[in-house]
Amino acid sequence: MAANRNRRLIMWLGMAALALVPPVSLALSQPYYVDLFTRILIFSIAALSLDLIISYGGMLSFGHAVYLGVGAYAVGIADAYGIDSGLFQLLVAAAATAAIATFIGLVSLRTSGVHFIMITLAFSQMIYFLSISVNKFGGEDGMTLNQRGQFGSLIPLDNANVLYYFVFAFLALFLWIQSHLVRSRFGMVIRGARTNPRRMAALGFPVFRYQLGAFVISGVMCGVAGALLAEQALFVSPAIMQWSRSGEIMVMVIMGGMGTLFGPILGAVAYLVLEDVLTGLTQYWGFFLGIILVAIILMGRQGIMSLVYGLRWKSSHG
Amino acid sequence: MAEPLLIADQLTKRYGGLTALDGVSLAVEAGGLHAVIGPNGAGKTTLVAHFAGELIPNSGSIRFAGEDITELPAYARAARGLSRSFQVTSIFGDLSVADNVSLAIQAHAGHSFRFWRAAEEDEVLRAPALQILADLGLADRAQESAANLAHGEKRVLEVAMVLASRPRLLLLDEPMAGMDPGDAVRIVKLLAELKRRYTILLIEHDMDAVFGLADRISVLVYGQVIATGTAAEIKGNEEVRRAYLGDEEVA
Repeated sequence: MAANRNRRLIMWLGMAALALVPPVSLALSQPYYVDLFTRILIFSIAALSLDLIISYGGMLSFGHAVYLGVGAYAVGIADAYGIDSGLFQLLVAAAATAAIATFIGLVSLRTSGVHFIMITLAFSQMIYFLSISVNKFGGEDGMTLNQRGQFGSLIPLDNANVLYYFVFAFLALFLWIQSHLVRSRFGMVIRGARTNPRRMAALGFPVFRYQLGAFVISGVMCGVAGALLAEQALFVSPAIMQWSRSGEIMVMVIMGGMGTLFGPILGAVAYLVLEDVLTGLTQYWGFFLGIILVAIILMGRQGIMSLVYGLRWKSSHG
Repeated sequence: MAEPLLIADQLTKRYGGLTALDGVSLAVEAGGLHAVIGPNGAGKTTLVAHFAGELIPNSGSIRFAGEDITELPAYARAARGLSRSFQVTSIFGDLSVADNVSLAIQAHAGHSFRFWRAAEEDEVLRAPALQILADLGLADRAQESAANLAHGEKRVLEVAMVLASRPRLLLLDEPMAGMDPGDAVRIVKLLAELKRRYTILLIEHDMDAVFGLADRISVLVYGQVIATGTAAEIKGNEEVRRAYLGDEEVA
């Protein structure tokens, strides 16, 4: 119970800190931070969505970036056809990723373990190469968007701060949903299926349809992240769903703490801030990032979250 | 007379050249305890897997409560009240004891596409779960993480989960496997209690354990049922004695 309270406290403090990014960056006269953190929040959504299926559901998807790509291209293509309603663009992105995730899930979830990893990777590569070959939408060079999605005069996304809080609202919404979902009846079924699918079937659960449900929910969440990425960058290219991107999202989840709700968000912040700082310092940034990553993983099974727990434990008991 | 609750008719399962089940026929009458015993390698585990829905026979059929379930998937059989326990303890170690039983109740409480309310705080699941734990003497362990239970307690939890899934037939796969004598006595007492309320099909290696419990016993040797009868009949059966003595000598 105490651990639950701590977890909730960390979540509130963390989200409050993220909410303060625009005023702090204004005070420091560093508008660049708002852009950086908008991107970080978007990847936080992607990491949160991946956490649902790999940590709670035990479905080790190694092609999660494909939903970023599909969501982003949905916005890009809508924009190319002159559809500038932001709401419509988001709905198209959600519908497209739901369809793709259903299809990929229907096929992939018949396998497990290494086969599941390979088949999700294979699907994401298929769609990656498809995006390269379709010249109508930019091919390998990608496509530039005409403008950000329009949400009326109330939410002008062209303002960097508005865009930041717009993305922040989505992250908060998804975090709230996920914190309920993992403890709900549905959540118990996918968690049980991770530990022992055979036992779940023997209890009377048709496990497959629940796993597929979680897989699609996760895909749609990541698809929304992809759509937001397109809105922010005003540019979409196949690189968004390169297989290494799937790996990066997975690293964020593991680094932040699997199955800890807020951990993946911490992971996205840590990974992208480190990347940003280290690339400024040295061209060998990947090497140093690797060292830090190994250190964090060695420190605890729940990544950065286990550090945070450790500190809190000391402060309240010692 | 009414049709038996569970009927296996000429079940045959082959793996390449190996015949694991060779025309097994078995009828479990409603009420009471029917035991299937047999030495190692007799095909007990394969037979359980066929009843549970994890294996489909090459030929033959299985009927449960008047319905052909030969090719029905495991979850659908469980939904019809054919509820199994596992030889190797299969509880959810990362959940609490009460959560384990709640999950078994949830399986029979409508669909689980319910995304919002915490299952833990759902009285519809929690109250009956705690009742079952109280019945089986595990009430004081309800909040404990299931992984922390002693081996014997885990076996009892395993049974609790089977009871929670509203069974019409308990399919118990070697519930006394790997137990020390004290725990085994506890399970035997529990089974004697349960057989008054449920139909039980007990798969067991140890002959002595079932003689006191079973109303009927079938003996499985090399994938064939060589005898079915009361405990006294089985004890006196020369063929059974030979099969078991052979096994003891090897062991």
